[in-house]
Amino acid sequence: MLSRRVFLKDSAFALVSLGFAPSFLTRTAYALGRNGRAKRLIAIFQRGAVDGLNVVVPFGEPDYYRARPNIAIARPGSTGDAAIDLDGFFGFNPRLLPLKPFWDAHALAVVHASGSPDSTRSHFDAQDYMETATPGVKTTSDGWLNRYLQARRNEPPSQGFGEPGSPFRAVSLTTQLPRMLQGQAPAVAMSQVAQFGIHAGQSNAGATFESLYADARDRVLGGTGRDAFDAIKMLKGADAARYQPEHGADYPRSPFGQALRQIAQLVKADVGLEVAFADVGGWDTHINQGASQGQLATRLDDFARGIAALVIDLGDRMADTVVLTMSEFGRAVSENGSRGTDHGHGNAMMAIGGGVRGGTVYGRWPGLSVDRRYEGRDLAVTTDFRDVFGEVVVRHLGVRDASPIFPGYAINTARFPGLFA
Amino acid sequence: MTAWIARCLLSLAVIATVPPDTHSISHVLDRVSFGARPGDVERVRSIGINRYIDEQLHPERLADAGVDARLSGLATLRLSSRQIAEEYERPALQARRAASASGGDGQPDPEQQRRAATVMLELQQQKVIRAIYSTRQLQEVLVDFWFNHFNVDARKGADKFLLTAYERDVIRPRVFGQFRDLLEATAKSPAMLFYLDNWMSADPNGPHISGFRQQRLKAPKGLNENYGRELMELHTLGVDGGYTQKDVTEVARAFTGWTIDRPRGGGDFTFEPRLHDDGQKIVLGHVIKGGGGERDGKEVLDILARHPSTAAFIATKLVRRFVSDTPPPALVARVAARFRDTDGDLREVVRAILMSPEFFAPETVHAKVKTPFEFVVSAVRATDADVRDARPVVRQIAELGMPLYQCQPPTGYKDTADAWVNTGALVGRMNFGLALTAGKIRGVVVSNAAPDGITLGAPEFQRR
Repeated sequence: MLSRRVFLKDSAFALVSLGFAPSFLTRTAYALGRNGRAKRLIAIFQRGAVDGLNVVVPFGEPDYYRARPNIAIARPGSTGDAAIDLDGFFGFNPRLLPLKPFWDAHALAVVHASGSPDSTRSHFDAQDYMETATPGVKTTSDGWLNRYLQARRNEPPSQGFGEPGSPFRAVSLTTQLPRMLQGQAPAVAMSQVAQFGIHAGQSNAGATFESLYADARDRVLGGTGRDAFDAIKMLKGADAARYQPEHGADYPRSPFGQALRQIAQLVKADVGLEVAFADVGGWDTHINQGASQGQLATRLDDFARGIAALVIDLGDRMADTVVLTMSEFGRAVSENGSRGTDHGHGNAMMAIGGGVRGGTVYGRWPGLSVDRRYEGRDLAVTTDFRDVFGEVVVRHLGVRDASPIFPGYAINTARFPGLFA
Repeated sequence: MTAWIARCLLSLAVIATVPPDTHSISHVLDRVSFGARPGDVERVRSIGINRYIDEQLHPERLADAGVDARLSGLATLRLSSRQIAEEYERPALQARRAASASGGDGQPDPEQQRRAATVMLELQQQKVIRAIYSTRQLQEVLVDFWFNHFNVDARKGADKFLLTAYERDVIRPRVFGQFRDLLEATAKSPAMLFYLDNWMSADPNGPHISGFRQQRLKAPKGLNENYGRELMELHTLGVDGGYTQKDVTEVARAFTGWTIDRPRGGGDFTFEPRLHDDGQKIVLGHVIKGGGGERDGKEVLDILARHPSTAAFIATKLVRRFVSDTPPPALVARVAARFRDTDGDLREVVRAILMSPEFFAPETVHAKVKTPFEFVVSAVRATDADVRDARPVVRQIAELGMPLYQCQPPTGYKDTADAWVNTGALVGRMNFGLALTAGKIRGVVVSNAAPDGITLGAPEFQRR
């Protein structure tokens, strides 16, 4: 089926499509699934460069403790608030305790020393590179998740792909659409799912706006307006205002926790969600970062409790879902003069989900001695983040040809960290 | 003299090619002001576009009594940072300390917390009121631009108490001044020193640092590169401006000792020689000799302000604000040249843009999508509404994705359509248009029948 949006985008077909009742309003198409169930990706961006060395702690490295006399996380067992042992070398920051059950169940994996081949330590550029997946190239116009949506639209339906017509295929729980989802394929940004709609003063305002945007010659605003009205209609059918998390999932009341709660809500509403995005800030800990308590610990507490609630809430649906966390770069190995950390390079990413071969820290560990550090100061990158994205796109989401998603980069399965069988 | 003649010739060219029809006047008002209020088009027609632009380039000649009256009830706007610290920040801090000292569930006195929050709330109301009612529209457009260029997020620690003085004393008086002067004023502002951590940055091997440590509990202990990096990437050269990581470190060394006197007491800039790295620095190939003290930082600002990358970077950003998301390279080159020729005279740089043929070109009209702030303010202006309480308007702008003074990254808010055009924001704008014209925004009285909510939410009104 061609979506209404696709018709409208092509002016030659615009007349044909008017008056069509969009068939995506029949929710059963998603609930029943197609040839193989549609896979989902929930991407979580930790904006501000999280200190991966204090999240997944290399407690087996003496250099880690030498470089961080005030802010290191203690070796497991040494104190009451020490790292949680994962594999005898790496440990979780104790605030990641809510995620430990998923590690134990082999559903959570870490890719350490991952990141960008580009040396930038600018938040802005590094986020841009991670979201476009073209490190070093600023002229890329769209984000890699949007290119994924485009690529998938072009593959035949027999490949087990979901319904391309849903306005909720890609949703960002943010007020602005992130770079990662910007591009040709429609994607929705909304911070409050239940309030999404026209609160009409005049009874016909919604319909008037809808026709104004449908007829607009303004390509950018007209296209976005049409997406908006598709989405409004669909949410009405899903009764978004009433939602109760399941299995005792307890989301933090923070904006991040509420964003994840609404992602779960959309997943369960069977509105065709394939890609969801949420971000969480506050990681730029230049001053008084703290260790297992303090600034970073407080952010990690929110982060871990939020993700744990999401995974618990989604329950069996996690079998088709991967939650992937990322941050633009890591932080310097040595603490700075303000008991914080300055901008660094390599970092830790996490993948959680049914298909993930969890319970393992993936990636070659480069070591922390000064001669092994990137530019003598930072954790080196041994896994290009595009190989992590690439593996998720190919092995989880099932794209056959990932090359259009990663322009300028030859995707090679031999370089995949091995997150999926 | 030749520059003056060139300017006159260019102005004549504009007069000759652009008759003051309603279309052109609306375009000028869309860009030079926050959108037309009823009567604005007629007024510009009567004095001519050039005179209007010239008037706006000299705000000191424009009376602004209406705004003064509307702001008179916002008491914190007239206070120094020290007064704000003593009268608003400290009582709230003491209340919190008292609550935690009493142990357990003791909540800090809510009255003190509410009072502390009024500082930021009044600054936000002020921004909205000036944008809607000030006769000095271009000045307010540029205050918004330069604050965003030298962005400081109010949510970082004490910064919410420092931004009143930052915008009032550092930014607003200099938007038509010399760039070098504006640059140094931001470099020395407690708001920026705090936001980008320079106040804590010190020579890690300094011979005097231990003595300094004894005097302060939270003494700086080493070099912090944050300001040095953003100064070059975001304030001057631009990320492709030709600097290296080594330059970042050298600049950070030069600015050691640029700190705040009584950091939590609303104190001013001070140079602290005991934190300063006295050694030689090499910045972008220029040697800064050792022993310069506070001069080191000033020399860095001299080097950066007159670097050609800075002229090009500032020109690009200003052209993006006033002309198009894709700045015409020829115009950027001319504006950058004007920047260099006038030693960064920001009045002349803006004049060069507003008098350019590109500014009046047909493809420039409606080329820009309004930011949420620009959209809300222009809607209130179009309806000629009487804003008796600006707080609900402030909230609406935040809900559309642009909380005022709260942009987290030092980049400031983006000034291109891609950042602001998305389904959620668009639905929010339609709803705001309906609510405003239906009289549902509390504190805002709309008596005008036109334009209606549909007009304000329609695609055309999202552009300027």
